[in-house]
Amino acid sequence: MSKTNKNAEDNLVTISINDIEHKAKAGSMLIQVADAADIHIPRFCYHNKLTVAANCRMCLVEVEKAPKPLPACATPVMDGMKVWTKSEKALTAQKDTMEFLLINHPLDCPICDQGGECELQDLSMAFGGDSSSFQEIKRVVVDKDIGELVSTEMTRCIQCTRCVRFGEEISGMRELGATGRGDRMEIGTYVEKSLDSELSGNIIDICPVGALTAKPSRYQSRSWEMLQSEGIGSHDSVGSNVRLHTFKNKLVRVIAGDNDSINECWISDRDRFSYQGVYAKDRVKSPMIKKNGIWKEVDWSEALETAATMLQEVNPDSVGVLASPRATVEEQYLLQKLMRGIGVNNIDHRLRQIDFHDQENTDLFPNLGMSIADIENADAVMLIGSNVRKEQPMINHRIRKAALNGAKVYTLNPRELSFNYDVTEQIIASPSEMVTQLTLITKASFTLSKKKIPAGLKDLFKSVRANKSAKAFAENLMNAKNPCVFIGSIAEQLPAYSTLRVLAHVLATNTGANFGFVGGAANTSGAWIAGLVPHRKEAGQAVNEIGKNASEMLNHPKKIYFLLDVELEADADNPQQALAALNQADSVIAVTPYANKKMLSNADVILPSAAYSETSGTFVNIEGTWQSFKAASKSYENARPAWKILRVLGNHLDVKGFDYVSSRDVRDELKELCDKAEDTPKFETTGLFAEHDSVNVKSLQRIGEVGEYVCDSLVRRAKALQDSQPDHQAVQLNTDEIKKLGLAKALSADEQKVQVKQGGVMVEMPLVVNEMIPDGCALLMAGTKSSGLLGSAFGEIVITL
Amino acid sequence: MAGSNKQTATILSKHERDDIDMWIARFPEDRSQSALLAALRAVMHEDHYISTEKMDAVAEYMDLPKIAVYEVASFYSMYELDEKAAAKNSISVCTNVSCMLNGSDEIVDHIEERLGIKMGESTPDGEFFFKIEEECLAACCGAPMMQLNHVYHENLTKEKVDALLESARKNGTLHKKETS
Repeated sequence: MSKTNKNAEDNLVTISINDIEHKAKAGSMLIQVADAADIHIPRFCYHNKLTVAANCRMCLVEVEKAPKPLPACATPVMDGMKVWTKSEKALTAQKDTMEFLLINHPLDCPICDQGGECELQDLSMAFGGDSSSFQEIKRVVVDKDIGELVSTEMTRCIQCTRCVRFGEEISGMRELGATGRGDRMEIGTYVEKSLDSELSGNIIDICPVGALTAKPSRYQSRSWEMLQSEGIGSHDSVGSNVRLHTFKNKLVRVIAGDNDSINECWISDRDRFSYQGVYAKDRVKSPMIKKNGIWKEVDWSEALETAATMLQEVNPDSVGVLASPRATVEEQYLLQKLMRGIGVNNIDHRLRQIDFHDQENTDLFPNLGMSIADIENADAVMLIGSNVRKEQPMINHRIRKAALNGAKVYTLNPRELSFNYDVTEQIIASPSEMVTQLTLITKASFTLSKKKIPAGLKDLFKSVRANKSAKAFAENLMNAKNPCVFIGSIAEQLPAYSTLRVLAHVLATNTGANFGFVGGAANTSGAWIAGLVPHRKEAGQAVNEIGKNASEMLNHPKKIYFLLDVELEADADNPQQALAALNQADSVIAVTPYANKKMLSNADVILPSAAYSETSGTFVNIEGTWQSFKAASKSYENARPAWKILRVLGNHLDVKGFDYVSSRDVRDELKELCDKAEDTPKFETTGLFAEHDSVNVKSLQRIGEVGEYVCDSLVRRAKALQDSQPDHQAVQLNTDEIKKLGLAKALSADEQKVQVKQGGVMVEMPLVVNEMIPDGCALLMAGTKSSGLLGSAFGEIVITL
Repeated sequence: MAGSNKQTATILSKHERDDIDMWIARFPEDRSQSALLAALRAVMHEDHYISTEKMDAVAEYMDLPKIAVYEVASFYSMYELDEKAAAKNSISVCTNVSCMLNGSDEIVDHIEERLGIKMGESTPDGEFFFKIEEECLAACCGAPMMQLNHVYHENLTKEKVDALLESARKNGTLHKKETS
């Protein structure tokens, strides 16, 4: 060990691999050093994001002085170690291992979905023998049904246990295991059940053989026929890197891409399987115009001319522009530039928000306040109004890593949520009591930090009486070294959002915590930056005249609505109000990939846009990273990328500066404007008085958070995801509340249905018992088919038999 | 750690819960999973097999993922997961190398003929369960051997087996023996 002194400072050791010297971090495993030096050692069970199992024995290498070959994945490097990965001894060991692994592996590669991208197939080409010494009958393992997303062919399994370790270590749900032993060991759930994790699809990527493959894309195409393009996940604000696989110009599969600072090598099931929605039945083939109630397919120039005329003929004040926060930054920027160019100021993307009091005080865009990767280093995390696990699976993954490292996690939510790590305390407060609870904690933080209470908060603080638990809560945050306070999508939907945001921000400041927003869609940040808000232009620049926000536009109807990839019955806070607004409008122009029945009945001009993967563009994620992508597949029929539609519409309307050749030109223009902008807005609480509409709920309060698989037009059309979560369409109550409301009878009936009434509309829905819902509240997710007939997501509802 | 869930409490008997608690107490607090083997043994004592319902109850009681219990229960041959194994008496004849060389196959044939069942089956009267392919029970010096309920019987002959089966039938059940 004397040599180590030389390298002691940086803790490095010197080893030789195949007679070439390498420096390596002491304590690292041989396989890591070899991987870093681009020396390939075959392996099945080793995965750099999982713990070492050393059970496949494929990575056996020769090590000097070791009597037998050693597994490179479980052998720590030592100074002076000499290793040979391709010596006769190593190769013999690897070949012998291969022969054992192939004993029970079926020769069904021609019908296996993994064929062509199979680690076992590749390595058996390199290390497998021509014949096997094993003459006996191969074993057969009965397949398991583990849900709509992952298809199993367990006879192919080589028991590497990557999927088992993934469940325990990454998704935090140990659902798969190895039952039985010896040659009868099987990987499965033992008792038939569907995988429940929001990250379950990743086991498809890490399975080295064809035992676990993607069910929705099964038997669609062979891996060597597909083209791969880089893409960005579009269902949360993280911007997970994905790889899009196309076959004959159609998107047929999505797998995880690598980006250590964003999604490592994992993606959510939502990002993986939503592609099914691209080719939904209601995709629009050609531009359409409605004349006298009858839809007619027209060519692009006629459709655009018609839309342009509609926009020119009215007073700009009576135009409302509502756009998706999932649109690319190029589309968002062009849309606002176009609309502001013709004098329209009513522009917004915040369709689910109803409280806009503090919009002036927001940063350039609501952001995480730190990098995604940094969340791992937090030692206390407070989540306010956020179902982060379902809304932002990759952020939750980082919080989980922090929690496993000992971070304390606290939550304040309208209902109890299940997490895949230990949560120190969950405060449950009905939506209307959220402010009270947060006020208590924030007030305690002032007492503890001895800071002066701003005048604006005094009244609010007077309304509550300090208590011990709130003080302990604030103290925990204050005592942490790296605390974070995050506010999420549920809070954003509440009538008192701005108050909650101010309180959370002040709490973070008092406790020395990072303040961040953990909600939003794929390009919510981009929408703010591009100026798709009524009160700011691009790069946060001030507008001359503040337009109406989304809620005002729908509450005080406009004559013309211009929609960009928006389905208001599912994307707006109050579908009843939104649909009524569209109904009374003179004309509705929709740039959309899809046209469902509601769209056909409300719109007057439909301009079919490219769907996910069919357009180039950029998403800006929650930490502010711009990620551009190219189109991976051809636009469907006559659909065109939305940025091109908007550019040509700009030309029709004679707006200046609409001569872009590519989406890159658009992005570069915006980027330059952002770089030049000197004074971007910062979140300010000074002068903000906590003003909120107190909700007076007499009967039942609805908790209308957005369902995991109904958050946007694409995922709502993804069949496998929809099939895997039937509960979304139900209303959920706890047992006591069911009794109190006299609904117990519904539970004993064959079909457990109840009548839900909101805003004068009655809808029949299934009733599900969920003890995690507080008294006086009912969980009825927004974005679903039935909720599209109802009112505000966090409004009052009535449930009867 | 030990859950107080109402459902678990009714599925696991008091005897089972006491036994599990006693074993959990013997291990460090963060190593209570070590008591799982004993917990499953307690269930075996009670029911002579381990139902999925009981495994789930044990998982909940010990705060373990269900699959972690399934893995252990399905790994060890001393646990029976099939209800038909829940006969009054359990016979396990070792058929590994030493016993095989010393004639365990004949013993197996004899028992099958005698009871009129095949290995892996139970007699229709519920008296005997004949376990399939028991692994080596570490009594090679007395091969061929078998385990009748919890007792080892070595140097078996057909006559010896007959006598053992007869006395087992007469002397009552595995359950009685354990509780006495």
